Amino acid sequence: MPEEIKAHITGVVFQIPTKPGDRVAAGDAVIVLESMKMEIPVEAPRAGAVKEIKVQEGQTVQEGDVVAVLE
Amino acid sequence: MFRACRQLGIRTVAVYSEADRNAVHVRDADEAVPIGGAPARESYLSAERILEAARQVRADAIHPGYGFLSENWRFAQAVRDATIVFIGPKPDAIRKMGDKIEARRLMAAAGVPVLPGSFTPVADAAEAQRVAGHVGFPVILKAAAGGGGIGMARVGKEAELPTAFTTASRRAQAAFGSGELYVERYLERSRHVEIQVFGDDSGRVVHLHERECSIQRRHQKLVEESPAPNLSESSKAGLTRAAVAGALAIGYTNAGTMEFLVSESGEFYFLEMNTRLQVEHPVTEESTGLDLVVAQLRVASGEQLPWSQTEIVQGRAAVECRVYAEDPAKGFLPSPGTVSKLVLPSGDGIRIESGIDAGSTVSVHYDPLLLKLVTHAPTRAQAVQRMADALDGCAIEGVRTTIPFLRRVIASNEFRQGRVHTQMLEQGAFNA
Repeated sequence: MPEEIKAHITGVVFQIPTKPGDRVAAGDAVIVLESMKMEIPVEAPRAGAVKEIKVQEGQTVQEGDVVAVLE
Repeated sequence: MFRACRQLGIRTVAVYSEADRNAVHVRDADEAVPIGGAPARESYLSAERILEAARQVRADAIHPGYGFLSENWRFAQAVRDATIVFIGPKPDAIRKMGDKIEARRLMAAAGVPVLPGSFTPVADAAEAQRVAGHVGFPVILKAAAGGGGIGMARVGKEAELPTAFTTASRRAQAAFGSGELYVERYLERSRHVEIQVFGDDSGRVVHLHERECSIQRRHQKLVEESPAPNLSESSKAGLTRAAVAGALAIGYTNAGTMEFLVSESGEFYFLEMNTRLQVEHPVTEESTGLDLVVAQLRVASGEQLPWSQTEIVQGRAAVECRVYAEDPAKGFLPSPGTVSKLVLPSGDGIRIESGIDAGSTVSVHYDPLLLKLVTHAPTRAQAVQRMADALDGCAIEGVRTTIPFLRRVIASNEFRQGRVHTQMLEQGAFNA
């Protein structure tokens, strides 16, 4: 069952440490946001494979936006 | 800053990024010059664009504020090279204190107590291990190239060191462009007490007493006050003596702050020096009744210090709370957005330094500080009560703020009794 990963804050995409196909554990950073001089990881809610990354570095995302999808 | 300039009959020019077109500081200045895009590196961190703006308006002097390039010695040097006055210390003093290991060495040589630890960068986790074995756990790993709590990691025991070293080094590299680390003994339950110093070109240095700044999150301050409660006469005398000696040793001019940790038994150790005006300077202004920014302008223009040491007296108690756009219920996560409602208190003994209005956009690009709430009164108990009332008089909607947390701090027995230390927040002392 695919699962959408949503940004929990508003920020700018700072780093994307994963790519489609990567296996992640629950709590791993799938993307890292930068907001107000802080780096804030958006973590995988469970273990699985990354199906899709929906954002690009430098892009602004709003709280609640889907940033990635897990298989 | 602009208030101080107006008082001295000096015209002011603000610089602003695209995101700050409608910001309060732009409106408050006599003139304003756009310097680039919203990301700070395209505007507020661009020495070139700021100097270009200064030349355009034929500015006599630049005040670097307390963020961005304020502790960048290359910027200070570039300003001087452009024959513009830099309102702050000499570039050499900024450079020496910006290298945190060099600062430790210089302060130790000047007789200022420093924490046991390394006086050179540690090359790897194994070397950090050797130092830690010598000074004893817990230790703290710190970035050699920068302060403000960035790239710092407390290490409780040997097994945690390799991972902590890798993380701290990576963070330091990202923030300061250098992953170099050094090791210090970590002081449990210590207080953060700092001394405001001020020097002039004649070589004279005075202190403006202490500020207690132990209530912190992520090693960054949330509540400050002066005088510091429960600080013994002997600790206080030692701290102010050491601060002045340290500043004299590097030929320090203009406003600066010597930061110290004070142990439970009252011993104190040099932490770092901030070679600029600090966010919390209003606490000292309200306690002493002196205007630090006016003095900065006078000293930068070549005048002598406007006060002798004996004229600088903590005549009353002052407390500052920093209102950040952060959600204390979610681990102080940033909360950018638009301020839809803003009600702030006013009255005797209340001073507010605010960067926002109703309708202001709080951008993801900058620091989350919204405003500073400062209260003062003849006694600490009165100033603290005034702060409690002032916080109750604040209503901010549209972004989440630290106000609910600040209310709990001010209401707590620990704070009321002045029994604070830097680990209280992480230990959950002020949880809802």
